[in-house]
Amino acid sequence: MLDGLFAQADAVFLARFQFAFTTAFHIIFPAFTIGLASYLAVLEGLFLKTRNPVYQKLYRYWVKIFAVAFGMGVVSGIVLSYQFGTNWAVFSDKAGPVIGPLMGYEVLTAFFLEAGFLGIMLFGMNKVGERLHFFATLMVAFGTALSAFWILAANSWMQTPAGFALNEQGQYIVTSWVEAIFTPSFPYRFVHMLLAAYLTTAFVVGAVGAWHLLKEKRSEVARQMFSMAMWMALIVAPLQVFVGDLHGLNTQEYQPAKVAAMEGHFTSETQAPLYLFGWPNEETQKVDYAIKVPGLASLILKHDIDAEVTGLDAFPRDEWPPVPIVFWSFRIMVALGVLMVVLGIWSACLRWRGRLYESRALLRAAVWMGPSGFIAVLAGWIVTEVGRQPWIVYGLLRTQDAVSPIDAVGVAGSLIAFIVVYFIVFGAGAVYMIRKMASNPEHTHIPEYARVPMAAERLYHEEG
Amino acid sequence: MDYALIWAVLISIAVFAYVALDGFDLGVGILFPWFREEKFRDRMVNSVAPVWDGNETWLVLGGGGLLAVFPLAYSVLMPALYMPVIAMLLGLIFRGVAFEFRFKSRANKHWWDIAFMAGSMVATFCQGIMLGAMLQGIAVTDRAYSGGWFDWLSPFTIFSGLAVCVGYALLGATWLIMKTDGQLQGRAYRIAINTAVLLIIAIAGVSMFLVSHFENVADRWLNWPTSAALWLIPFLLAVIGSGLLNALVKKREGQPYWWALGVFFIAYLGFSISIFPYLVPFEITLWEAAGPDNSLAFLLAGAVVLLPIIFFYTGYVYWVFRGKVQEGDGYHD
Repeated sequence: MLDGLFAQADAVFLARFQFAFTTAFHIIFPAFTIGLASYLAVLEGLFLKTRNPVYQKLYRYWVKIFAVAFGMGVVSGIVLSYQFGTNWAVFSDKAGPVIGPLMGYEVLTAFFLEAGFLGIMLFGMNKVGERLHFFATLMVAFGTALSAFWILAANSWMQTPAGFALNEQGQYIVTSWVEAIFTPSFPYRFVHMLLAAYLTTAFVVGAVGAWHLLKEKRSEVARQMFSMAMWMALIVAPLQVFVGDLHGLNTQEYQPAKVAAMEGHFTSETQAPLYLFGWPNEETQKVDYAIKVPGLASLILKHDIDAEVTGLDAFPRDEWPPVPIVFWSFRIMVALGVLMVVLGIWSACLRWRGRLYESRALLRAAVWMGPSGFIAVLAGWIVTEVGRQPWIVYGLLRTQDAVSPIDAVGVAGSLIAFIVVYFIVFGAGAVYMIRKMASNPEHTHIPEYARVPMAAERLYHEEG
Repeated sequence: MDYALIWAVLISIAVFAYVALDGFDLGVGILFPWFREEKFRDRMVNSVAPVWDGNETWLVLGGGGLLAVFPLAYSVLMPALYMPVIAMLLGLIFRGVAFEFRFKSRANKHWWDIAFMAGSMVATFCQGIMLGAMLQGIAVTDRAYSGGWFDWLSPFTIFSGLAVCVGYALLGATWLIMKTDGQLQGRAYRIAINTAVLLIIAIAGVSMFLVSHFENVADRWLNWPTSAALWLIPFLLAVIGSGLLNALVKKREGQPYWWALGVFFIAYLGFSISIFPYLVPFEITLWEAAGPDNSLAFLLAGAVVLLPIIFFYTGYVYWVFRGKVQEGDGYHD
């Protein structure tokens, strides 16, 4: 297999690897900040309503972590807006008229909004009143969700293109913007990603709360964050399984080759088995070392045990996605999803018996589940993006035909630069975030909101 | 309606907004070697911390906007400027994270200061290189870049790279004059005077080099009616340049930034005249590069409504953080 990997180590492979690397690194941060921004808005809203200082401490505690994660999301995101051109010039030329305006709207409606109000959110506590500050937090939270809307619209168009025609230069031109934005897979992908972001944040918050509860059982602040996170796990994790299933059925309809790879189905058959584990072998077109449940795939995908499930044999060999990567990423994502549901139900049982903060086993499990959202998000994106191959725009434009006219050497050089820089910079960022998460939330410093008019405040400064 | 021309103007405005705004916060980074005191550096960083993210968003709009409305120009320019673009992005990463990281670790603060400074310099220098590479022209065959790996590198582009560094340093210094006081401000005044003189010389140098080395540019400047600009633009540059120096010498702290912006604007106008109507000089015009009308119209409908709103709340954010930055402003742990 490694031979095959290196035989393909040409400019296309390097461009793909580089883009996969920078995108995968980038998605980690929005997956966290989309959820965290909403969580902060909820905390600040609850504080203004109840005046309970626990909420205020939680806000100040998490806003510091948010600032670091957001900064890293911004700088890793700027890279992407230029990499479409540096790596995928042909794609940019052909699909730019469709993808470009969607990203343009993302910048105009979302990026400016979040970037503008972020300053007030982070540094404006003593410059504006508390209501205006809350408004700034809401705008940042709204902006992050809105940016997910546009970028997933663009991605969904690449997965299930609609509402377009070709012009004489070979460019895709939009015939209906409503159809191009709300493509068949978009609603499922958008909701699935948004819930994934909320879950990712909930499990990080839950892990941090649990970590502090293991050390200090009575901490009110830690209890509050743990409790809120476990409610999220109980409600949102099963909802995500449901939405994920709908998304899968949608993929079955529009990208059946992807689902065949996810399931490891090389041949079309009735009463198709569900492979729990195994290694899909593309040479022999069989799943080696398989553990399977007969008929279950037919039941899940078609809701009928005797229905025929389409296998990869229905597609030309050069239209298959790389099967093992898709197959395994899918299993990792699903397994983590199941664990999330289990943790949510477990916490609910203990809560019902009044022992939510007492069970060390639950608290330890919650700590271990802290990174689960990140891994599940990455695995999910690998399923959907690798599963789209060999197409960059599904069924229309092959990835290998979309690449920039750049030598392999140049792409390799910049790839190495990206890897080195990302590990230094985002490694340091991860250390700072974890260090902050390890600090005791009870000792969070609360700055004063502005109560005096600016002019008076400046006088005060000058005297001081 | 000529959507391509409208968009060329809008993207020019976005690029200028980027230069005007990120110019000063990159400039603050470039000036770090002249301010070694930690309390000064903290104050300098805090003067831009609440706004840098919004400033950099104009760069994303430039990239995203180019992809949206001039996809051909985007798909030719990015491979042509591959190395400076990648280096700029890496520079921006280092300086962007340094805003937060400087305050997170006492032991490593020194390193993040270097990251902030070096990142700002690299990003700025690369932007200058790109400007120079565009002015000297880009090779195109069949809707794709056909030049070599190092076409962007020449004595001229290195000179324009340094010139933009001097220019951003001037914007940074005049920003600090406006936002600080005392010893820090005094030093910013001295730096501003030096960089102002250097910048005006550099602009004159770049202009003369362009006219003497590139026929397309020379034709433009020496033929009527554009040759009128040949006299008008240096004249305006002289007027605004002396306004800038006058404001600096008389220490009118609110003014120099705006005068410096005026110098940038005139230079920007001059270079735009040199390459108009090319988007990829001197191969692809803005009309050839434009995407289909309905893409341009679709995004324009949003831009017309959203850009004024963006200007409004961006202005509001600056207003919230108006006045001098005090020592200890911002948040630290």
